[in-house]
Amino acid sequence: MIALLLRDLRLAVRAGGGFGLSLAFFLIVTVLVPFGVGPEGGTLARIAPGILWVGALLACLLSLDRIFALDFEDGSLDLLATAPIPMEAVVSIKAFAHWLTTGLPLVLAAPVFGVLLNLPGPAYPWLVLSLAIGTPALSVLGAFGAALTVGLKRGGLLLSLLVLPLYVPTLLFGAELIKRGAEGGATAVPMLFLAGITAACIALVPFASAAAIRVNLR
Amino acid sequence: MMIELGKYATTVMSAYGVTVLLLAVIVVQSLWRSARVKRALAAQEARMEMKSNG
Amino acid sequence: MSIWEYANPKKFMQTSSWALPWVTGLAVSAIVVGLIWGFFFTPEAEGFGSTVKILYVHVPAAMMAINIWAMMLVTSLIWLIRRHHVSALAAKAAAPIGLVMTLIALFTGAIWGQPMWGTWWAWDPRLTSFLILFLFYLGYMALWEAIENPDTAADLTGVLCLVGSVFALLSRYAVNFWNQGLHQGASLSLDAEENVSDIYYFPLLISIAGFILLFVALVLLRTRTEIRSRRLRALELRERAA
Repeated sequence: MIALLLRDLRLAVRAGGGFGLSLAFFLIVTVLVPFGVGPEGGTLARIAPGILWVGALLACLLSLDRIFALDFEDGSLDLLATAPIPMEAVVSIKAFAHWLTTGLPLVLAAPVFGVLLNLPGPAYPWLVLSLAIGTPALSVLGAFGAALTVGLKRGGLLLSLLVLPLYVPTLLFGAELIKRGAEGGATAVPMLFLAGITAACIALVPFASAAAIRVNLR
Repeated sequence: MMIELGKYATTVMSAYGVTVLLLAVIVVQSLWRSARVKRALAAQEARMEMKSNG
Repeated sequence: MSIWEYANPKKFMQTSSWALPWVTGLAVSAIVVGLIWGFFFTPEAEGFGSTVKILYVHVPAAMMAINIWAMMLVTSLIWLIRRHHVSALAAKAAAPIGLVMTLIALFTGAIWGQPMWGTWWAWDPRLTSFLILFLFYLGYMALWEAIENPDTAADLTGVLCLVGSVFALLSRYAVNFWNQGLHQGASLSLDAEENVSDIYYFPLLISIAGFILLFVALVLLRTRTEIRSRRLRALELRERAA
């Protein structure tokens, strides 16, 4: 299993796409927003939590179709299906690898982008915390969407249509957590909801993804 | 025949209008597709019948 | 005699061809009676004026939008567990109707909201969850369209419907947390205290019955179409193979 994780990570780094591209996309989104909204610090500070979360969401979306597509095309997914580890584990590992290559860099880079959007000082720890708690759910759900569309030729657009509605609860609680953190409000409730959603997704969604992969390999 | 709807006449009328229009769209689409598939299936069955009869 | 007999496509075709005219007739009469009663013969309500008449299209459509998804969930489960093709096809047939019902609920709601709340749209929990439901319908239908093999499509959309149901419900309560709404609470419940008064209640019940019957009629018709188109596809494949 660890070998599979390492292999996926190595592929992602070697292809160079995943990593850098998602981060660059995140940067572009954060840079474009002030052009659209105007440079006033107050407005930017108010919408910054939402923008950062939506940016993270879209950046995450970019690399989703690569989770299974390459392995499906060259047949290694068939090999993995007959391997002694269950498909649920394969799916979970692939989602984890996706999180390490896209989610984690986004979490680490988010404070820098926060500065660009004039995010108020007390919000920074909450920004990092909420992205760290929330992004694993994005990867796991994304893996589900990728599993559904893996057999399709042009699945990319469909993938976003399927996955984005699933992201609503995470986005909502994530942005709310930052907002409340910045205002010094009660953060426990959104944080627990966010953590609960992520935990439930990690525990349950791989079963659905594995079922979808099995159907697609049939 | 027309009843008094007061100042909200356009509101009420347009709500009913939108509903009837959308329902009509789904009904017509269902009927149209049903007829098309039925015809295609009949044609296909007839063609295969002919073939098997030589 | 069990309900599973209707899972046989042939049996389903026979029974539905017999039932379809009846259901259609009932649906049309209930909708006509309900809407005409609601539109012409109900008084204006305090605070709402004549806009209260929108109730008779808005509430049934909104109820159907949710219940059609629930029906799709049940039929998808039946397909995934018992592998009855008719069940999967019924779910496929129902989705566009659910989409239209969601649209009707959203549009009539917007038209109603404009004079009442002074805005077409507000990010109110109920409105927002309907918009999300709309997106789920779109995704579900798009997945059906995209996949070539019918059985694969049935399986994958079934799984999507399961996961989607959980998330639609989750979003419904998540948006409650996020914004307190303008929308009034449920106007129909078994608790008589909070119910709307009888003058509005009876025509509303009739139009709800009409919408349900219309849905049943459309689902029967569309499922028949799907079964035929599946048979057509099978025949074409056989011809090509021969």
